[in-house]
Amino acid sequence: MNIGWTREQRAARAAKELKDGYYVNLGIGMPTLVANYIPDDIEVTLHSENGMLGIGPFPYEDQVDPDLINAGKQTITELPNTSYFSSQNSFAMIRGGHFNVSILGAMEVSQEGDLANWMIPGKMVKGMGGAMDLVVGVKKIIVLMDHNSKSGKPKFKRNCDLPLTGRHVVNLIVSDLAVFERKSPERRFRLVELAPNVSIDHLLASTDAEFIF
Amino acid sequence: MADKLYPNARAALEGVVFDGMTLLSGGFGLCGIPENLIAALREIGVKRLTCVSNNAGVDGFGLGLLLETRQIAKMISSYVGENREFERQYLAEELQLEFNPQGTLAERIRAGGAGIPGFYTRTGVGTLVSEGKEHKVFNGEEYILETGITGDLAIVKAWKGDPSGNLVYRKTARNFNPTMATAGRVTIAEVEQLVPAGELDPDHIHTPGIYVNRIIVGEKYEKRIEQLTVRKREA
Repeated sequence: MNIGWTREQRAARAAKELKDGYYVNLGIGMPTLVANYIPDDIEVTLHSENGMLGIGPFPYEDQVDPDLINAGKQTITELPNTSYFSSQNSFAMIRGGHFNVSILGAMEVSQEGDLANWMIPGKMVKGMGGAMDLVVGVKKIIVLMDHNSKSGKPKFKRNCDLPLTGRHVVNLIVSDLAVFERKSPERRFRLVELAPNVSIDHLLASTDAEFIF
Repeated sequence: MADKLYPNARAALEGVVFDGMTLLSGGFGLCGIPENLIAALREIGVKRLTCVSNNAGVDGFGLGLLLETRQIAKMISSYVGENREFERQYLAEELQLEFNPQGTLAERIRAGGAGIPGFYTRTGVGTLVSEGKEHKVFNGEEYILETGITGDLAIVKAWKGDPSGNLVYRKTARNFNPTMATAGRVTIAEVEQLVPAGELDPDHIHTPGIYVNRIIVGEKYEKRIEQLTVRKREA
């Protein structure tokens, strides 16, 4: 018996939050998978922080262009509606509130929507990149994560122990066990879906945060 | 009109580099970096640089070349993964590092180039980034004060340029380049193609020549790819 959602199923679940005409930023890792599950009947424009709207699929070998990469430094292609711009403009559109959704990974999320996803003290820190700008600027922040860390500790907690990326910024959590939604101006998350074969007892035992259900 | 054209990177850097200077460098990852000017800075051996660049290159390429030779004393960046030598120097406390959120970094440089000494942003409120910074509430939201950045020298890479220093970038190789170009006391651009005056469509120029003091044609472009990702054609 499989318990919970796979990475692909979580990506597909997050894709259901997208609507026709949305401008969307996808973070590196699991969030990138969401691009594979955008329903055919809607048009969504994907953004890359390094200065592009309208990300196309990965190139065929003979199409590879070193001048055309995404924020994860992967080679990509353009679409008929693609536009390019500077980093400064790219973050002006983020901070200015022009994006509908950003889907990001997380190390920890607090019960009031704080996000920690950039730094583990004592380990080499690579930097926050664009994450801090995205979480304050984008209207809806969706987090895709494992419900528990590799060592089994809850990642959805009363308070984040790790340094924050942003305060009160997460609106939806899609983990392998459940979906939680926090509609502003509410402070707490509400359980909206439980993954297959996950009991409420299992969820409560795996969670350190208080939530409404 | 003053001649902005120089024969090569080494010549263009003459008289404008000094130890302890602040260097602004365009590029995102290894995309759109001024490869030839970085190589020439390594040859010249200028030291104790404060480098403002979104990333720090990789081992053996990009700004990684200047890390290898210990020419960089401090980096101001948003993301510095993929570089073992960087990590080694940082952990050994041989290198200072200031992390800025990427949008804050871009805006600080924009502000610097536009004569704006500071601005308020919500980015970083409630995080380590906000420590020690002035906080101010606008319309019920909390913001922090960030300061503008200028440099002694900006080095940028464009696709095409003309003798007046008008520049056009290509695809995502634009990134930080046009903003860095505005914030150097001296700005040097390297281009893949130098075209005669009048060939660039004035409506399509990304960086007007006023920002560019010197221009060279890059000798060669390696354009390394960090994460080659391809899909297979269906048979």
